[in-house]
This record gives sequence, structure tokens and C-alpha cells, in this order.
Amino acid sequence: MAGALVFLEHHEGAVTKGSLGVLGKAAQLFGGDVAGVVVGSGVREVAAGAGAYGASVVWVADDERLAAPLPQPRVDVLAKLVRDEGFETVLFAQSVLAADVAAGVAMRLGAGLNWDLVDLSADGVGVSPALADSVNVRVGWAGTPRLAVFRSGTFDPVEAGGAAEVRDAAVELEDFSELAEMVEQAHAEQQGPSIEDADVIVAGGRGLGGPESFSLCEELAKALGGAVGATRAVVDAGWYPYSAQVGQTGKTVSPKLYVAVGISGAIQHKVGMQGSGVIVAINKDRNAPIFEFADLGVVGDLHEIVPKLTELVQARRGS
Amino acid sequence: MKIAVCVKAVPDAAGGRRIDPATNRLDRSGELTLSDFDSYAVEEALRLVEAAGGEVVVVSMGPERAVDALRKTLAMGADRAVLVSDDALAGSDLLGTAQALAGALEREQPDLMLFGQQSADGGGACLWAAVAEQLRRPAISQASELTVEGGSVTGKRQTEFGYDTIRAPLPAVVAVSDAINTPRYPSLKGIMGAKKKPQETLGAGDIGGASESRTTVVGLDPPKARGDARIIEDDGSAADQVVEFLAGARLL
Repeated sequence: MAGALVFLEHHEGAVTKGSLGVLGKAAQLFGGDVAGVVVGSGVREVAAGAGAYGASVVWVADDERLAAPLPQPRVDVLAKLVRDEGFETVLFAQSVLAADVAAGVAMRLGAGLNWDLVDLSADGVGVSPALADSVNVRVGWAGTPRLAVFRSGTFDPVEAGGAAEVRDAAVELEDFSELAEMVEQAHAEQQGPSIEDADVIVAGGRGLGGPESFSLCEELAKALGGAVGATRAVVDAGWYPYSAQVGQTGKTVSPKLYVAVGISGAIQHKVGMQGSGVIVAINKDRNAPIFEFADLGVVGDLHEIVPKLTELVQARRGS
Repeated sequence: MKIAVCVKAVPDAAGGRRIDPATNRLDRSGELTLSDFDSYAVEEALRLVEAAGGEVVVVSMGPERAVDALRKTLAMGADRAVLVSDDALAGSDLLGTAQALAGALEREQPDLMLFGQQSADGGGACLWAAVAEQLRRPAISQASELTVEGGSVTGKRQTEFGYDTIRAPLPAVVAVSDAINTPRYPSLKGIMGAKKKPQETLGAGDIGGASESRTTVVGLDPPKARGDARIIEDDGSAADQVVEFLAGARLL
């Protein structure tokens, strides 16, 4: 019987914070019986460091064919490792890559997968918020291995010291796993001041209607002395730069005030800003999930309300 | 080119989604509607076929009432719909759903299989990866741009670190993000025409049977409250009320 295996995603020579957070949670639940797995090319050094965050063993699949962060070859590595070593629990921190790997491994092994968990107990019950977080569902597994993906930012890494034994994992790839190829990876460049340090963020979403309406957010942000944020949808649509993106694939922020303008409040966005002190949301859709977790929600036309609000704030602050 | 789009009929958000206390599962007894995220995949399929020719088949799994939601995809322009519906499949988890959809896709043998980025009722954003695994086909997820050329598909996607461009030979599975296009509204002519388009219903036996759920629901708890949210409808004074609220919270 073996304990838990944690998928350690890495980027530019470091294991991601989310993965290390899940590793720490696993160490808390399963004590010394926790292993990590690092998959990539030239990643041996990345692996060794994971001992300080709770892994007693780190498996390394180091192969040129694993250089690009594509899911399917990683499914091959993890599925074989879980089968050969008999891991009963396999844990992932949510990411674009990890979700695809987890689902592939679950299918290959015929294993149960629960996702978007915010907690897990040692006896195998997870907590998954549902219906715009209006209810917490306690979820379980009908057998082993138990696979789980944790929501972004659920656990912070805990550096406890210690060293991990590094072992080699076998790399045997399926024919179809190598069909998808990475053509290009463009890493985002930072533009302008970081929103991570701002006390006030005014963020815009698809409800703005078009890129030109971001000026409404910029003016309100300026009046409040804050920075401008954006949702993934509008960044992907090219309305605003990636460096301003708040959410799962963007930045996690916790300003004193977060004003969400035309943002529906999808989980993808919520996980990046739910730690904000006060959340004010302006949206025309009364059913938008953002109203479930805003401190003040305004149902109305942002094109009417935001310019008025900017004027009032300017008057109040004497600017 | 033959494109299959996998979609889900979900309880209408306007009707209020709730968990059925008897089954601990989402109450699907009310009106069902096409999951918003799936309309982007339908739209992308229609655009690809409009440019290159071919057929768009919509594939779904759900109760029989889901045909009404599927009709919207036909009204948008899809050529036909296939619904996998069987009591034995009710309450399927990720693996059961993926197996059923993979079974229906095997029958269709499409060149391209599209998914939306997630389901609107809390499903995980990873179903396509399980389907691709079952079908042993390459997969690209979260594509915000898509091109099909010379027997391969190229997708650009956003990750936590920037943008990836990934190419895969057809047949392939691609999940598209909601940034990829603006879905069309069905025209009146489309709505009228949808009623005449072929709709097929498959049972579990047609797609290789049902499988036991490997995940369970243990129970439900109310979430920790964030405090009392205040919601106001704008009657012209909303901006003033926001300023008062911010001043009261010492944020101005």
C-alpha cells in the first residue's frame, strides 16, 4: 500500500506555488507517505527541492519528449507510475495543464476524479463548492485510486525542511500521446505597474461591450487611486493586456477594494479576487454569480453608473 | 469536413439551480437550456463548415427532455443532433459521461470533435481530456483561436504563463474558450427549419453500455457566509449609494 502522489507542475525551473500547496496538504494528511512527480526535460534539479515542502520521494520523468507542457504524454507517465507503485491517492493543483492530465489519468485507470475541491480529509472525503459556491458538496470515491484536483490557491506552500529521495519514473509513451505538438510558447510580458500591489482595483469584463469601454474603468481607477484589472475573457479577446488579468490563469489579488465592472463572476475569475477586502459589483444581469459574493451589488447599466460614480468620487476626493 | 460538437443541456439559470435533497444531485427536473459555454463550440463548428464545407453534428448526453435544448443548436445551423439518453446513464460521473460521449463519437467518426470550455452547471473543465483518452486522439484545450488546414488543427490557448500554440493531426479533440467568437442568435428561419432536422436518440446499449460511478456524493453543507451582501437596483441613484457605501467603509 502506498500513500499519496502529488503532480508537481513546474515553470522556468520552479515547482508552481499551487502544486507545493497541495504537497503540503498531502503531507499534513498522509505524513511521511507522500511522493511528488515531476515530468519534463532537464527537471532533475526541480525535483530535489520538493523535499522541503513535504515530499519524502520525488519521482522524475526526465525526457526530451516531455519538454513541452502537453498533457497526454504526462498521462502516460502518471498512469504507469500510479499502477506500478499502487498509489491510493493522486492529487493535482488546478491549472490548464493539470486538469487535462487528471482527466486523462482517471480515464486510463478507470479511477474516480473529483475536482474543484477546497478541502480533503484523511478518510477520503473532499469538499467541492457547487452552484456558484452556494452549497458545499461533500464528495467521495467508490474505490482507489482516488484522484482529486484542488481549486487554485486553496493551500499555501509550507516549507518544513527535509530532503526527498529522487527516483526515476519510466517513460513509455502511447502513439497518440505524441500527436499534439507545441508550435510556439509565448510567455506574457509585464506591462505597466503590477496590479498585485494595488490597494484598489477596478476590473472590467465582457459586460463592458468592447475594448473602448475600458476607459470607464481607467477613469474610475484613476479617481480612486487604483489600478485596472481584467477578466480572462476580455484579455483573450484582445481588449486588455494579459498583465492585467485577474483569475485562475492570471493574477491573484487581494486589494482593500475591488470594483467589478461588467464581470459575471465565474469561478475562473473569483479565485483570483475573492480575498479582496470589499467587493463592489456592477452588472446588468441580476443572476450573475458575482452578486453572490459581492459586498455591494448594483444591478444596472454600467455605462450610466460608472461615469457618474467617477465624477462623484472625484468631487469627494477634491481632485 | 465532419465536425461533432459535444454539448450539455443544463437547468436554466434563471429558474434557479438547486440540489435535489433526495438524491444529492443537481435537480434537473425543470426546464433545460443549452450550456452557454457550448454555444461557442457550436458557433466555431458552423464557421469552419461554412468556410470549408461539411457537416456539423451535435452530440449530447442527458434526459430525453434535453432534445429541446439541442434544438437551439439546430436553429443556429447544426445539421443534426444525437442524444444519448438512458436511465442507466443518469447520474454518470466524469468517466461515465466521457465513455458515453466517446461511444457516440465512435459511431460518427468525425474529423474534429469540439467542446465548450466547461459546463454552466458546475461540471469540471476536463471532460474532453477523458474523451480524447478514451478515443486515443490528440487533444487541445481552452483554444481561443482555431484553424484547420492540411489535415491538422492548430489552437492557441491561454495558460497560467502566457499563450501556447498547439497543432495536432485530425481527427482531434478541441475544447474552445468563450473568447473564440460571438455565438450567433438563431434566426426565425433557423428556428422554423430546426424542427425538420434529424434528431436521433441512442440508448446505453448503442454505445457500449453504462459504467458504475467511481465518485460519490456524501452530503451537503451550507457554505461559510461571506456576510450580508447588499444588492441594489439602479434607479438613477446607484452611483450615490456606492459612494456612501465606500465612505462608510472608509474607502474614500
